[in-house]
Amino acid sequence: MPSDNIVIETLGLVRDLGEGEARVRVLKGVKFSATAATTTAIVGPSGCGKSTLLYLLGLLDRPDEGEVILKGEPLARATDAVRTDARNRLLGFVFQFHFLLTEFTALENVMLPMRKLGKLDEPAMRARALSLLDAVGLAAKADRLATKLSGGEQQRVAIARALANDPPVLLADEPTGNLDAKNSEIVFDLLTRLAHERGLAVIMVTHNMELASRCDRMLRMLDGEFVTPAHHADDDA
Amino acid sequence: MSVNPFPIARMSTTLRIATRFLLAKRRAMLMTLAGITFGIAFFVLTQAQTSGFEQFFIRTILGTDGALRVADRFQGASTAKKYVEGVQYPGELKAALHGYAEVTGAAEVLKGSATLDSNFRRQEVQLFGVDLAEFLAVSSLGSQVIAGSLDDFRRQPNSVLLGSELARRSNIRPGDSVSLLRDGKNRRFLVAGLYETGIGDIDRVRVIIHLSESRALLERPFGCSYIQVNLEEPDRAPAVAARMEEALGHAVAPWQRREKVWLDVFGALRVSSAVTVMTIVLVSALGMYNTLAMLVMEKTKEIAILRSMGYTRADITAVFLWLGAVVLALGSLCGCLAGAALTLGVERLPLRIRGIFSTDHFMVNWDYRHYLAAVASAAVVVMLAALFPARRAAQLEPGDIIRGTSS
Repeated sequence: MPSDNIVIETLGLVRDLGEGEARVRVLKGVKFSATAATTTAIVGPSGCGKSTLLYLLGLLDRPDEGEVILKGEPLARATDAVRTDARNRLLGFVFQFHFLLTEFTALENVMLPMRKLGKLDEPAMRARALSLLDAVGLAAKADRLATKLSGGEQQRVAIARALANDPPVLLADEPTGNLDAKNSEIVFDLLTRLAHERGLAVIMVTHNMELASRCDRMLRMLDGEFVTPAHHADDDA
Repeated sequence: MSVNPFPIARMSTTLRIATRFLLAKRRAMLMTLAGITFGIAFFVLTQAQTSGFEQFFIRTILGTDGALRVADRFQGASTAKKYVEGVQYPGELKAALHGYAEVTGAAEVLKGSATLDSNFRRQEVQLFGVDLAEFLAVSSLGSQVIAGSLDDFRRQPNSVLLGSELARRSNIRPGDSVSLLRDGKNRRFLVAGLYETGIGDIDRVRVIIHLSESRALLERPFGCSYIQVNLEEPDRAPAVAARMEEALGHAVAPWQRREKVWLDVFGALRVSSAVTVMTIVLVSALGMYNTLAMLVMEKTKEIAILRSMGYTRADITAVFLWLGAVVLALGSLCGCLAGAALTLGVERLPLRIRGIFSTDHFMVNWDYRHYLAAVASAAVVVMLAALFPARRAAQLEPGDIIRGTSS
């Protein structure tokens, strides 16, 4: 992996969860990195620490030890304001459940991160949001309320929203976990296509081994550590 | 960290989210809105009424007894003053009083008791000897005459003006003749007119006669009992009175001291009605607190996703404060309009009051400060009710919430 292309990396990430005697070391010094325009799947049994890693990568949690470096910026111990700003500029999230704001239309949901960033005026924001919805095949349903969309469509809106501020990293936690096979395929294809078209580092946690195997890279976690990569796209070459 | 170049757009985003959340809870919010509206409306109405009656009372007593009374002369320090009853040199004192920029009029009054004898009955009365021209400058006597004629009184030295209640009890009408008895002297007077201040204690006993006649009857060829003074700004009477006392060596009583009991009663009524009515707003605010607390619980996922996409804790706080502010703004607008409409309606309701003043309908006072006080009180209560859920929402950790929803 060429190091100059690395957009996100971790150094010796340790995370303990729980209190007192119930406290458990969920991550044991995890070292990880991802480069632009690649898809990485993290797989492993439930409780192995893959989601915990994803939330640390996404600056939604803080490690007990170690560092998270995003576009060269160490952020594990940065202030809440700096981390919040980094989430807005540098990260996109797609979760198992779409978490769209149900009172807003698809277009308005996609515009929310842009509004926070505040770099575009209203017409520019609308144009960009429409273009993103077009990229996920939902331009025609831009003005529908989130509740009026199917599960697959909602997840595609969530992907468009994650790309709103053109982040270099997109984190996906079981993005197809709540979808049927057909919609899972659509969403997965979308993520891989966008990663390559837009130079995104897509990191997804999944239980779906079939989809994971189609990522550029698949990392297996066990008991808070990465074990030997189970599969790499290059291996097939 | 990037700097947001569109702060207004950012503000409108949190407001935009707040209004959508508000619509999601419209039934509960409508109840809160109704409570705030009623609270503010009734606050405005009760304040308009209590202060309306109070202002009318003040106008009545200022129009009857003036803003200041300059009376007994005194000598010595403030702790050991020796008083000499009345005013010995009213002319000089009036000249000195006119030297004060605040004074708009000064009239000497010679006061004494006598017996009024009509054909119907005899009764004890208070004589108020005045120079009519002077007295009209310091009182509302001109507008208080309800029968007979002020001109008749002005033209005829041996005429009197009687309080309406005194005349009613003695069955006296304008044009009748009455006798005033004092120390064995008996003088007949023509009743030129009847006046009504509305203040029962005055209208029952006070007889206004010409100063020269009162001197003869009361055997006081010089001096007077007190000088009644009117001021440009009656509210400043206590400060002016203190300066006058020190400079003139006479006891000076401002109207606020004379009428302290009634003013305290009006003040207590105003406060108690405000407190009572604000409980409506308080209950509504509790309702809002409940609604917002529920909303925070219902919207934890939305809050988490907003935080994950870069919205700060302050933004989340702002969303819920906006919720409170929007309901408050709507409630304030509706409440003020309803309050004004109610005040307008109540002003036209008939109500006959005699005793401390005279009116035949509700008195109201149109004062913007009532509206400001109502909105400010509601704002404090409602925004406090919104603040606690807002802070709770801001403290939510997005990672914990999202982790909790993953399978």
